[in-house]
Amino acid sequence: MNIIVCIKQVPDTTDVKIHPETNTLIRDGVKSIVNPFDANALEAALQLKEAVGGKVTAITMGPSQAIDILREAVAMGIDDAVLLSDRAFAGADTLATAYTLAMGIRKIGDYDLIIGGKQAIDGDTAQVGPGIAEQLGIPQVTYAKHMKMDDGMLLVERMLEDGYEVIKTALPVLVTVVKQINEPRYPSLRGLLAAKKKEITVWNAADIGADEKRTGLAGSPTRVVSIFTPQRNTKAVMLEGEPEKAVETLAEVITKLNI
Amino acid sequence: MNFNLSEEQQMIMEMVKEYADGVLKPRARKVDESGEMPWENIRQMAEMDLMGIPIPEEYGGAGLDFTTWAMVGEEISRACTTTGAVFGADMLCIYPIYFFGNEEQKKKYLVPLAKGEVVGAFGLTEPNAGSDAGNVRTRAVDAGDHYLLNGSKVFITNAGEADIYVIIANMDINKGARGLTAFIVEKDTPGFEIGKNEKKMAYSSLPNRELIFTDCKVPKENLLGKEKRGFRVALETLGVGRIGMGIGAVGLAQAALDEALEYSKVRVQFGKPISSFELIQAMLADMATEVDASRLLVLRAAFLKDQGIPYEKEAAMAKLFASETAMRATTKAVQIHGGYGYTKEYTVERLMREAKLFEIVEGTSEIQRLVIANHLLR
Repeated sequence: MNIIVCIKQVPDTTDVKIHPETNTLIRDGVKSIVNPFDANALEAALQLKEAVGGKVTAITMGPSQAIDILREAVAMGIDDAVLLSDRAFAGADTLATAYTLAMGIRKIGDYDLIIGGKQAIDGDTAQVGPGIAEQLGIPQVTYAKHMKMDDGMLLVERMLEDGYEVIKTALPVLVTVVKQINEPRYPSLRGLLAAKKKEITVWNAADIGADEKRTGLAGSPTRVVSIFTPQRNTKAVMLEGEPEKAVETLAEVITKLNI
Repeated sequence: MNFNLSEEQQMIMEMVKEYADGVLKPRARKVDESGEMPWENIRQMAEMDLMGIPIPEEYGGAGLDFTTWAMVGEEISRACTTTGAVFGADMLCIYPIYFFGNEEQKKKYLVPLAKGEVVGAFGLTEPNAGSDAGNVRTRAVDAGDHYLLNGSKVFITNAGEADIYVIIANMDINKGARGLTAFIVEKDTPGFEIGKNEKKMAYSSLPNRELIFTDCKVPKENLLGKEKRGFRVALETLGVGRIGMGIGAVGLAQAALDEALEYSKVRVQFGKPISSFELIQAMLADMATEVDASRLLVLRAAFLKDQGIPYEKEAAMAKLFASETAMRATTKAVQIHGGYGYTKEYTVERLMREAKLFEIVEGTSEIQRLVIANHLLR
């Protein structure tokens, strides 16, 4: 079974601080990590491989330093890694990103299953996974919390707000996973040392035959007009004095607000 | 002289620190209170290739060195002292099989041990053979196609949980240390029983049990090294044990320092955090200096071992200083926590109880001083 896992390098948001004056993210010194949901996707792929055999390839689109997360994926135990990197890919929105990744996946070829995290923790759009499935013309199952092979078909439990849906699908298929699906493994020492030496494939736009009008900023209909922190207009009023009096005042305020 | 980590070591330590803080530390209290071997941690560490770090890859290890093993051991002990102790004791079985075992023994026993599929234990100590290690009374007799072992061991770490045991027995009681012989004994060998678990001042989840041998039939091929050459096996193993106990003490002392430092910044008295008071600062500074000195002593001993240079004196110094540092540092950490430090709400009281172990096991502080003095007076 050939599995391709789509991963993304994101800033470690537990580490990110906001600049108090400019209200922008301070990225200096912030560690870049594998998008946590993509780590679940890698683990899911490795578990399927352990169960039924096959090969796991990770793919990412990004600048050259994104190779770090591919090495991390190799350390976890995947077989191969591909970096899609080209100036022409810069500034891509979810449509252009999905197109570019789909072209990379076509070039890898011969896949049974594509897995990704449900969304990235920086953009939070949850659009790239489904976008890739559309570009490739294959079915998709989102928000998987469990999956296993069952008689040549993939059996997926899909998380819903008030329960879960069981879906049985033929291959090839694209699945996005939620964090409840598993606990990603730590890399092994041998994996870590092997990852350091691993030759990682790097493809540019020409290598994957991408139409440059459809990649990067040129291929992105989305325009970011501005990014800002919403003003918070909350103010706290401290009620002082005896509790009985304070309760009366509080009751009046609540009544007035029609809560 | 170069104190920098190699690129490999940096990668490894980054991963191990993340694992120690993210997984081991949050579980540590539960591990201590469970009264049970921390198997979940050990299985994970095995998957991460941490159990056989200094063993060559062909025997299931990671093919690294004792310096890296020690650095990893510090992080594990800092985060979870019990897990650190299992990790250290395991090497006392792995190492002698690696160093003295023949090819068949390595294939059969070293590979699963180094991969972490099973855990090992080392049985030397007896009721009347502690510091006086040559006084081992467990008898081994050549019975033709096998050896017969009779006697008992005490305080054996990992006993009962371990599948493979390196046992030091005596083939000639009259000759004392020169009769000692090492054997590999499997858990299910007929005549081999696991006795009671000791109830200790601390480490209630760390197994320290009796081993009882009653006409225990050990196959001929399980002789480790040569007959009556077991004292060397014991000494070589104790050398690794000193590095292991030394680094365990460093991890424990570092944990005490971390706790004390954190608490001193948030505990307010006289309108200020107590970290602003110089008498507290002096304690913190002394702790940090001693912890650092201990770490350097242990890593030097490990480095010498990796270079194949004799390191007995340096290992004794490292184990002695690190153990006593752990005792002092944990005592200060409790002092800095004041009344709360004496309660079970905080970790430092446990660390203080645990620290005492290090001054006793793998050669008491008194034995270490004798070893060091013997080297000085040669």
